[in-house]
Amino acid sequence: MNAVTAVDASDVLVSVRGLEVHFPVRGEGIRKKGAGVLRAVDGVDLDILRGETLGLVGESGCGKSTLGNAVLRLIPPTGGSIDFAGTDVTSVGGKGLRELRRRAGMVFQDPFASLDPRRTVAQTVSEPLEVHGLRSGKRERAARVGELLELVGLDPAVAGRYPHEFSGGQRQRVGIARALAGEPDFLVCDEAIASLDVSVQAQVLNLLRRLQKQLGLTLLFISHDLSAVRHISDRIAVMYLGRIVEIGPASAVGSDPQMPYTQALLSAVPVPHPALERQRQRVVLRGDVPSPAAVPSGCRFRTRCPYVFEPCDDVDPALQPAGAPGQLAACHLHGVVGTPVERTPEGVPAEP
Amino acid sequence: MTGQPLPPPDAPIAGQGDAKGTSPGPTTLRPARPRWRETLGLLARNPTAAVASVVLLLIVVLAVFDDTFAPEGANEISVTDRLQSPSWSHPFGTDDLGRDILSRVILGASVSLKVGFLAVGFALVAGTLIGLLAGYYGRWVDDVLMRVMDMLFAFPAVLLAIAVLAVRGPGSGNTALAIGIVYTPIFARVTRASVLGVREEVYVRASRSVGASDWRILTRHILPNAAPPIIVQTSISLAFAVLAEAALSFLGLGTQPPNPSWGLMLAEGRGYIELAWWLAFFPGMAIFLTVLCFNLLGDGLRDALDPRQRTLMAGGGR
Repeated sequence: MNAVTAVDASDVLVSVRGLEVHFPVRGEGIRKKGAGVLRAVDGVDLDILRGETLGLVGESGCGKSTLGNAVLRLIPPTGGSIDFAGTDVTSVGGKGLRELRRRAGMVFQDPFASLDPRRTVAQTVSEPLEVHGLRSGKRERAARVGELLELVGLDPAVAGRYPHEFSGGQRQRVGIARALAGEPDFLVCDEAIASLDVSVQAQVLNLLRRLQKQLGLTLLFISHDLSAVRHISDRIAVMYLGRIVEIGPASAVGSDPQMPYTQALLSAVPVPHPALERQRQRVVLRGDVPSPAAVPSGCRFRTRCPYVFEPCDDVDPALQPAGAPGQLAACHLHGVVGTPVERTPEGVPAEP
Repeated sequence: MTGQPLPPPDAPIAGQGDAKGTSPGPTTLRPARPRWRETLGLLARNPTAAVASVVLLLIVVLAVFDDTFAPEGANEISVTDRLQSPSWSHPFGTDDLGRDILSRVILGASVSLKVGFLAVGFALVAGTLIGLLAGYYGRWVDDVLMRVMDMLFAFPAVLLAIAVLAVRGPGSGNTALAIGIVYTPIFARVTRASVLGVREEVYVRASRSVGASDWRILTRHILPNAAPPIIVQTSISLAFAVLAEAALSFLGLGTQPPNPSWGLMLAEGRGYIELAWWLAFFPGMAIFLTVLCFNLLGDGLRDALDPRQRTLMAGGGR
């Protein structure tokens, strides 16, 4: 487990340890309680380094958005700890929470839903300024809003307009301007380009990259789009069923994945070259992602893994070094490391 | 400030030039046109709602300046002019005591409308507050508040009003309070339902993500977005409150004779319906017209407050 902390602690901006977000599952009818838990995020260890872009990929429902929301405390974590810039923010409230939300912003997936339709662009973008008292006086705030709009490539003259007067790409720029208004160090981009047209996706992706360099931001870029993540990220983390199963430098994870799940994900990305595309070897996974309400014992990928063998259902694999330097994978193919599954006398895996 | 030339904004912005010469000047935090003026403008484009608003305005003006407009006092009895049919000297006729019906209808407007506005104002404030808290905080807050509302709802409206009046005694003020209490659960429910929808919107989470407090989220984001059904409900409730005042006065619990009130006049004229139809007809028409106009205004407001309709209609009906 300590393999994750292999870096110098002073470089770490966000540090997540054993983070769990479990949702109670309500039963039908009278049996409302005790129907089980949905393990959306189930024991995630993650360090995000200052100034880097960390791409977080995974299938729908693997918990990547929940993880992103939990880091900003928008969804209360049920276990584990979150450190932001050296401060434990797992359960801060009031001032501490407000400060966390100033220093950490979020860009949302759907730019049509994330802007209040009854507030002008200027009102939306200046909300963080008002909340945190960053600019006193209307004129100063208006000037700052103009700067922010310019920063994200919008004409400051549009500040008095309502969101419905804008295109998806423009709205997403407004959303980014709002996220930047508090002068944050850290930005969570939760599927920030997923609902945009392909041509606009590239623009917004490049905007995020430019902003990251210009403002020295740390980005957590959550997406299911592997090529976008490879384009923007310094490191990539792969999530499966509430766990991080592989993490490492973008070049290494993107070209030489060490975990069968990542291999399958990568093999599904089309290659923009006819000859290469025909040669492409596809690893096709069997079945569907198991329900996060019934996580398999041992390795949670074993039900779909083409290389499944002896220890996979007995030992819950931990992240271990594999492949390139800095690359970690949770897979027994690189040596059996992890927590053995406790079993009841009948041989049935006990509830973890 | 920027390292590379910025890409131009994706497309020309829709609605450019629509705003009749209000070309965007320097960055301001306020929209170019105040929202209420825009709403009024949109309302004016809807002929039904426009007519209803004008008629309502007339009724309100009549009610406010009732002493000026009424040709005679409310209780000027003239034994020689009893039960006169409508004529030039008494356009609405006279009642069994020779009082001018027109004057009494005008003077009754202020009583009926005052009770209506007071009652709905009370229900609006109390119900919206309860609905906001119940819808936003959920859990036990929701359970407690809404069960109390359900209890109020379980009483038949008029029965509850009668109970309130029985405790506090008849009179205009108590009538308003009684009707207000009866309508509070309706506003609470409408608000709560609306808030439940708005609460889950991404922009609410976005606002929370930049550190906004609950109070700020409630007042700046949830209430404005949850408001349209509440505004429509206000207009429709005004109609029902006028009716309820009439009903309570008809039953002898609201406005007390000899004060004029439409419901009371209806009750008094009931006995003469075959002999002198104008006694009940004109107050009845006044109730009908007011209620109809409030309802039509409510419909018009619902359309005008829809942000999607806004651009469509502001763009000259493209």
